[in-house]
Amino acid sequence: MPFLVLWTFVLLLVLSAAAYALGRRRALASAGGDPRRLHSLPGHYGWHAALWAGVPALALAGLWLVAQPALIEARIGAALPAALTEARDRSLVMSDVGRLARGLDLAVARGAMTEAEAAQAQPETLRQRLGAAGVALGGEIDPPLLAAAQDWRAQARTGNRLMAGAVLAAALAGLVFGLGRTHAGFRARNAVETGVKALLIVSALVAILTTAGIVLSMLFETRNFFAQYDWRSFFFSATWSPNFHGNSQLGILPLLWGTLYISFIALAFAVPVGLFAAIFMSEYAGPRTRAIVKPLIEVLAGIPTIVYGLFALITVGPLLRDWFAQPLGLGTSGSSVMTAGLVMGVMLIPFVSSLSDDIINAVPQSLRDGSLGLGATRSETIRQVVLPAALPGIVGAVLLAASRAIGETMIVVMGAGAAAQLSMNPFEAMTTVTVKIVSQLTGDTDFAAPETLVAFALGLTLFTITLGLNVLALWIVRRYREQYE
Amino acid sequence: MTDAALIAAPDAPRGSLLAPDARTRRRNAAERRFALYGKIAVGIGIAALVTLIVSVLTNGLGAFRQAYLTFPVELTADRLDPSGARDPEALRKVTTIGYAAVIEAALERALAERGIGAEAAGDAAALVSKEAPAQLRNRVLAEPGLIGGAVEVSLLAAGRIDGYLKGRVTMQSAALDRNVTPEQLRLADALKEAGVLSLKLNPSFVTAPDASDQRPEAAGLGVAVLGSLYMMIVVLVLALPIGVAASIWLEEFAPKNRWTDLIEVNISNLAAVPSIVFGILGLAIFINFAGLPQSAPIVGGLVLVLMTLPTVIIATRAALRAVPPSIRDAALGVGASKMQAVFHHVLPLAMPGILTGTIIGLAQALGETAPLLLIGMVAFVRDYPGQPPEGFFDPASALPVQVYNWTQRADPAFVERASGAVIVLLAFLLVMNLAAILLRRRFERRW
Repeated sequence: MPFLVLWTFVLLLVLSAAAYALGRRRALASAGGDPRRLHSLPGHYGWHAALWAGVPALALAGLWLVAQPALIEARIGAALPAALTEARDRSLVMSDVGRLARGLDLAVARGAMTEAEAAQAQPETLRQRLGAAGVALGGEIDPPLLAAAQDWRAQARTGNRLMAGAVLAAALAGLVFGLGRTHAGFRARNAVETGVKALLIVSALVAILTTAGIVLSMLFETRNFFAQYDWRSFFFSATWSPNFHGNSQLGILPLLWGTLYISFIALAFAVPVGLFAAIFMSEYAGPRTRAIVKPLIEVLAGIPTIVYGLFALITVGPLLRDWFAQPLGLGTSGSSVMTAGLVMGVMLIPFVSSLSDDIINAVPQSLRDGSLGLGATRSETIRQVVLPAALPGIVGAVLLAASRAIGETMIVVMGAGAAAQLSMNPFEAMTTVTVKIVSQLTGDTDFAAPETLVAFALGLTLFTITLGLNVLALWIVRRYREQYE
Repeated sequence: MTDAALIAAPDAPRGSLLAPDARTRRRNAAERRFALYGKIAVGIGIAALVTLIVSVLTNGLGAFRQAYLTFPVELTADRLDPSGARDPEALRKVTTIGYAAVIEAALERALAERGIGAEAAGDAAALVSKEAPAQLRNRVLAEPGLIGGAVEVSLLAAGRIDGYLKGRVTMQSAALDRNVTPEQLRLADALKEAGVLSLKLNPSFVTAPDASDQRPEAAGLGVAVLGSLYMMIVVLVLALPIGVAASIWLEEFAPKNRWTDLIEVNISNLAAVPSIVFGILGLAIFINFAGLPQSAPIVGGLVLVLMTLPTVIIATRAALRAVPPSIRDAALGVGASKMQAVFHHVLPLAMPGILTGTIIGLAQALGETAPLLLIGMVAFVRDYPGQPPEGFFDPASALPVQVYNWTQRADPAFVERASGAVIVLLAFLLVMNLAAILLRRRFERRW
């Protein structure tokens, strides 16, 4: 971040602190030195002045910093000579200009050249000087590009200076306004509390902004993708073979199949184990056993998924291949659906177990006592009374676990392989939606190509599926849950 | 008299309660089986945990020891400092090729002194890692006074030699391997007998930067640990205030209407969104729209803040709710305003719960990989990021991403490195979770 901008923020902080001190002193002075004559605590008058000095100026600085690059880019782009923009796309030219400007910035920051030299550099010698400073450039420097880059830097410098001036002016104006309102009878506490409440509301809106950001960013790029690739082939084609020279087949069906197959195996392993573990811990285990076993199962939940991925890659994969797949002739790959499914199942055990534990504990003891009183054994009570009572919650837990399994990335990236195919053999490598999102977005690809944009479409599909499962789980629990007293 | 006696079931059991009949025996057996299933399920869970830990430890503990060659090296002045002036600029001009020659000469001399003959020329030099000349050069540049004398150095041995000492490489595999020959392994044996070659504890595994594919012996976690640290700082500085502020508003001040319902639904949905979607968000907004540099800790930190925020909010709300209403009422009763009651009384009492939730959120953020892959952290980063605040914008790596990176490399030595990195990661997580538990035990009050 440029020096000037940093110092502007520091100065703003200092001004706010000074406003605090001044406001407090002014309030006490207006009450003749006696704090009891003030409406609020002296500190409130200080905070009042500090907030008026700091917050509007900070908001102005934030808006300026966001708007300035866009504005400069638009102005430089309009001023580019027509010859340049005819030959290549304007955005590519602008990104070249930006790269050159940043290279000059870096060279100046590293001390390889002074500001004045950067402003007057000639294209011929510049490339070597930048290279000596550690800035690599692809080709020879075009003189109009260099002029545009130097213009960019000059405008950015002017803009930063103007911003510093405007922000400090706003801070001083706020300071004066705040101090002007300060007197003994002024209800400073109410003003400050309204300000603080506004800040709290803004923080709570961050959650909404995040969701909006997720949905909008994916929608925007997905729309770009569907402008280049037919949505029907995306959703209904059974071939996935991206080809960076064009003419790719990008069908989601093999990926969805892999995702669902792996999640199914994971749930088939995790749900019985997790449910029985929960039943054991809540119904059969004594307090000492529970105190040892429950934390141990919780440890499984705290292990990062990359560790599970590594476990799948170096232990489970070769084990399954050598002991099951090769002898049975079903496959020769260490990465397979079974590997990823089993390891994901292990990861999901604590998830299912702790959710089911809570639900089973919520069933009132009176139901169990009634059943036992009629002569049922404990297992019969559990099977015929407790589990049916807890069923909606358990179904909700299973759906949440399914949602987690579908969205899981690292275990499948390392354990399931990258081959997109529709096959019933669990010992073959199959890939999932999440693996392809990672592989399409991490690579040297043109961002506007359909092969890269498809990742956003995949992401939106994934988001919709997991959101749907979560909402369904919540609805089932809410609709069918018994309210005991 | 009742009709019940007349219509008594003809095959009603007539045995005593103390001797179970067939049906009761079946039911009891079913009961025992059911309890057994529960125990088996718990056993499976614990067995999986133990298998995971054992697998990680056996594969990874070897990474903390490394093969080193220890012998005296003559730092001949005519090779390393032709001008004789000990000028740093002039010394810098001598590249690693010069130092490699010095090392080779010194090793040949060490072999000759101990009467060990190499079977093929150049075998001795092949035992030393390609990274070793750079190590020696850095040492000499830091202390130019060493030139002219002899210094006892511990240089990294080559990756395959390290593998031989640890059992990964055998004579049979060496016959098929392009990077090492059985003659070199025999020479390594002789050096081991002579005490020149040994496995030593290797702290540079945690401090050194990453190395290229061909040099697994020199690969280290330094850049990744620093990058993760920077990201944790960003998460702590941003997620804690915003999360606490949002929770305070939702819990204490928000009216119960449709808009606050929407916010609450949003927060619980965000907690369940797959982490890769946050990566897509980070890519689209922080990198494409805002133009922040790829692979920088600031971008990773911002994405992790968005992921940790729901955890912090949920934990803070639970902590705030646990403070009894009597505290709030008492504060209001002595004349505080609602906001003063919350900030001066409720919040300090809820602090232990809030901090515990934050530490657990940080521990979850430390282990996240998928979103970081999408913001460009898969690249090979060789330099340490700078000092904050500029360092937040330098390219860096992260611990889990480094693990992923290493598993994608072909050399099997990287499997050991990746498992060692996982041990470091789990150690950090253990410390953080223990801190959270201790904090909770020591400071949490049960009202």
